[in-house]
Amino acid sequence: MENDILNIRDMSIHYSTPRGTLKALRHVNVSVPKGKIIGVVGESGCGKSTLISAIIRLLAPNANLASGAITFDGKDLFGLSEDEMRGLRGTDISMVFQDPMQTHNPVLTIGRQMTDIQYRDDMTMEQKTKRAVDMLTQVGIPDPAARLNQFPHEFSGGMRQRIAIAMALMARPKLLIADEPTTALDATLEVQIIKRLEELQADIGCSILFISHHLGVIAELCEEVVVMYAGEVVEQGSVREVFHSPQHPYTKALLECDPGHIKEKTRNLPTIPGEIPDLVNIPAGCAFAPRCPRVFDACHTQRPEWTRIKEGQHALCHLAGKEAVQ
Amino acid sequence: MTTLLEVKDVKVRFALGGGFLSSFGLGATSYIEAVAGVSMTIEQGETYGIVGESGSGKTTIARAIGGLHHAQEGSILFNGTELRGLRESEFRPHRKDISMMFQDPIGSLSPRLTIKSLLTEPYKIQGMKDRDLDAEAKRLLGMVGLPADFASRFAYQLSGGQARRVGVARALALDPKLILADEPTAGLDVSVQGELLNLLAGLQDKLGLSMIIITHNLNVVRHITDRMGIMYLGRFVEEGRTDEIFANPQHPYTLALLAANPEPDPDAQLARIELKGEPPSLIQRPSACEFHPRCPFVRDNCSVGDAPIWDTSVADHAHRCHWPGQHSAA
Repeated sequence: MENDILNIRDMSIHYSTPRGTLKALRHVNVSVPKGKIIGVVGESGCGKSTLISAIIRLLAPNANLASGAITFDGKDLFGLSEDEMRGLRGTDISMVFQDPMQTHNPVLTIGRQMTDIQYRDDMTMEQKTKRAVDMLTQVGIPDPAARLNQFPHEFSGGMRQRIAIAMALMARPKLLIADEPTTALDATLEVQIIKRLEELQADIGCSILFISHHLGVIAELCEEVVVMYAGEVVEQGSVREVFHSPQHPYTKALLECDPGHIKEKTRNLPTIPGEIPDLVNIPAGCAFAPRCPRVFDACHTQRPEWTRIKEGQHALCHLAGKEAVQ
Repeated sequence: MTTLLEVKDVKVRFALGGGFLSSFGLGATSYIEAVAGVSMTIEQGETYGIVGESGSGKTTIARAIGGLHHAQEGSILFNGTELRGLRESEFRPHRKDISMMFQDPIGSLSPRLTIKSLLTEPYKIQGMKDRDLDAEAKRLLGMVGLPADFASRFAYQLSGGQARRVGVARALALDPKLILADEPTAGLDVSVQGELLNLLAGLQDKLGLSMIIITHNLNVVRHITDRMGIMYLGRFVEEGRTDEIFANPQHPYTLALLAANPEPDPDAQLARIELKGEPPSLIQRPSACEFHPRCPFVRDNCSVGDAPIWDTSVADHAHRCHWPGQHSAA
């Protein structure tokens, strides 16, 4: 806990909707140790975005914190005033968004945007510009001084995402949240982005919360992985443990679905049968029970506990640690 | 098997902001060649994958086949009919047979129309007044595994996976012979991606459809396509049977793409190939081999002299490289 830059304990976020209370996150536990890269995986609608919004405290107006707390760098995030929170965003916590085409302001030059975000720093314009140039050099933009005068549309998608990374890391944050930063890019550009992120993380020493669908990228880049399902964190552990001996049946099913695992050509790819539960009417017991191949009586009535399997691996399952899920 | 679609040397050009004079036909109009000579053949019931980075012309060639872009040169023979150069009104009857699934699943559905209206709009456009639209909407939703009550929903009420299914249903409305699917699985998580690909494969088996799938996900290409073409700057650099290309890649760009496909295993030995720099501009194409500025295996004759020829000496596996297959990490 002391080693964590970010620690989320028992957090629940509910949205009030016309249909009733939508329980988007329920009793979520996540820990992000200092200086580590943590991956987050889960289907669309599993609460990844709500999780990010909660960390940067930009939740929708109809959201409310039903339980739990977030500790960031020793501070209780939900106890901070709006001014204090604003002081953290962009300096201690910064973000890289999914779509590099829409991250930048289209009518301002990249240079203007990169010096604007240094508004808090007491530096001359030359110093700010120099810093922007240095940062662009670090993410591998050729001829950075000249390119500062160009507008976002004059850059390719891969370059724009690298500029977004440069901007996010300019303030040397303690935590970088990267929300599917490579989804909109091609495979070869994905390699570039991941290499840059790895280098910069080693240089700055920040923690990264890396959200992705792509299990291969998580396996390559991250040390630990958080698996989410239907508003719950169902497993967290080191990438090696989780990928090689998943303790939650959902994790196991998700890994088996990755076509990268399947060497023989097939026209019938594995899937997880069934649908995500309706988050307004969540079934009693385990949320994954209706789709789980290992379901038994207790799953329908009792909510499983967040069980410690071994040092650094936890799972939310009645069977966790009792026997190998394999 | 019968050939459904034969594309020969198709070129698509876009004019670059001509000045004032060019609007009178004066002065030089410059253009970029987004598709610079692509040929491919698609048999009935076959799935063809087009792979390449953004800006390589994948979407443009698909849109040219679907009649949404005008191809300046070449030939697009569909079921024996020449489609290139048809006027919009002449093309419209063929839209029954060629349908498109667009890249952005939610963006391609009008936010103001219900799913039922979206699904049955093709019947109205084609003037099929005798159809029972409620029944058709129900039938189409059933085909893609969505509940019938989705008919009254709006696009914003759908998840990404559901919106894709609606896209599939709409593409199927007029019983097409060919479906052009632009990035059908981008942004989907693996289990939903699996469901969608199984759905497409199942529909293909049942209805005998041909499909062109545009993607940069090589895992998708490997599992569901029969043939594939790898595009770079508007041309294929390698084309042929999918299993053959995966087993025996000849072009360094193909190698880089294959290496950029990490295995979901933290202990996997990764031999990634990082390409240098950025994709070059279509306005100033590189000399000789167009891949040479980024090629990790570039040699002397790659940058000067003749462009590499399109080598079709091996059946079902053509490529365009001066040094095919001779790429080691030297």
